Amino acid sequence: MTLIPDRFMRDISGICRLVDIALSIKVSSLSSALVRALLVGMALVLSACAAPESASRDVFDPFEAENRRMHEFNRDFDRALLRPVARGYAAAVPDDIETGVIRFAENLSLPADVVNNMLQLNMRAAIQDTARFVVNTTVGLGGFFDPASEMGLPAASNTDFGQTLHVWGAREGAFIELPLLGPSTTRDTYGLFVDLFTNPLSYVLDSPERLAGTAAGVGSGLSRREKFSDTIDQILYESADSYALSRSIFLQNRRFRLGGTGSDTYTDPYDGMGDTSASAVLENPYSAVLEDPYDE
Amino acid sequence: MTSNVTRRSLITTGAAALALCAAPLPALALTEARARALVDQVVSDINSVIATGRPLSQMISDFERIFSRHADVDIIARSALGADASRASAAQLRAFTETFRGYVARKYGKRFNEFIGGRIEVQGVREVKSWHEVKSLVYLRGESPFEVSFLVSDRSGRDLFFDMIIEGISLRLSERTEIGAMLDRRNGDINALIADLKRAG
Repeated sequence: MTLIPDRFMRDISGICRLVDIALSIKVSSLSSALVRALLVGMALVLSACAAPESASRDVFDPFEAENRRMHEFNRDFDRALLRPVARGYAAAVPDDIETGVIRFAENLSLPADVVNNMLQLNMRAAIQDTARFVVNTTVGLGGFFDPASEMGLPAASNTDFGQTLHVWGAREGAFIELPLLGPSTTRDTYGLFVDLFTNPLSYVLDSPERLAGTAAGVGSGLSRREKFSDTIDQILYESADSYALSRSIFLQNRRFRLGGTGSDTYTDPYDGMGDTSASAVLENPYSAVLEDPYDE
Repeated sequence: MTSNVTRRSLITTGAAALALCAAPLPALALTEARARALVDQVVSDINSVIATGRPLSQMISDFERIFSRHADVDIIARSALGADASRASAAQLRAFTETFRGYVARKYGKRFNEFIGGRIEVQGVREVKSWHEVKSLVYLRGESPFEVSFLVSDRSGRDLFFDMIIEGISLRLSERTEIGAMLDRRNGDINALIADLKRAG
């Protein structure tokens, strides 16, 4: 068990390097990039599967000190840049156009969702997402409109490679606060990296169109920051410990979306009337901090 | 050893059975229908508050009323204190619970304006462990609906909900993190925490 932190350290620094490399890669040739993605993906999956069995319902945060520093950085970034720019963007851009940009970005992400759905053998979602993509790209004029929803097609699955890894049996791993991207886990960080390659559109589109997609992604990110402004501000700036709260909320929500938490993961608080320690171990996000995380 | 345990458990079971027979009315277990009725009531109360479109301060007091009437504030407050609840005095626990009630009402009540023009629909009930989970969908303007679950129990003696889970995020667990952090900041001083809590939210 004492080997784990070292192994994780290597993994983490590896991820950072990989993300750096990935960001600087210009995906020029389809085949070599695909091969590279597949190889990297397989290597990552193998190591992700080997991640330790930490209490899966708990918070496993062996890099808390580094994570907290990164959280401070992200918070400063939000305060200085993201929040004001998002506010300005939302004020300057008419609502209809904002919605159009969000839909456009969402539509462009659908092919990647289809790929991930197929990797998860979730053919129903793959077909539904494909139908949504076809309808919104054609009738919805490139995705700026959302006739799919108006026609009553099922909502987009919004999946990602992190979920694919989960379906394949990879464990969540450690909590990681990523620069600019915020809360994540070991598994989701691998997923994020592989998702740089899962969107088939990036192999089909040339640079100006791809740039439009990226710009729309940034725009819809700004819209989201402003739309959920009250919630995000409450977590980041009104909490006694914004790091611990965002970590708890992120993990709860992520586990829920991966279908890992029905409400049977909760304990009955009435059982703990005399002795709260049992439920505290299960539920208290601090317990991983209070106990030595390297102990079994 | 094993026979000891068996005997003890036999005695306890017997005693529990006797107590059950002796207890007059409240032995009726919580049913799906009752759990659903409670949440239907909560939802219709919330929907009618949203519909009035009153100013925020009044919505907050409306929300506090709904929360006090239908939620088990005692157990939620106790959960939020976590393991520290056991070292709090009875007076501290009472003061904390009272302050916590107002804090939750302010913190969540001031978000009510996001619900204006929206609605909540109860979807279904299922029994989970010792409680019932009532699922509902929240429809807000221009957004895809999201899931809110209420965990309902009658172990307090009344049908009350003891947790509200929004897209997997439990109010009780999130507040435990928050209250835990506030308590840490005060080096575990519960009185100082109560004073802070009066101003928070």
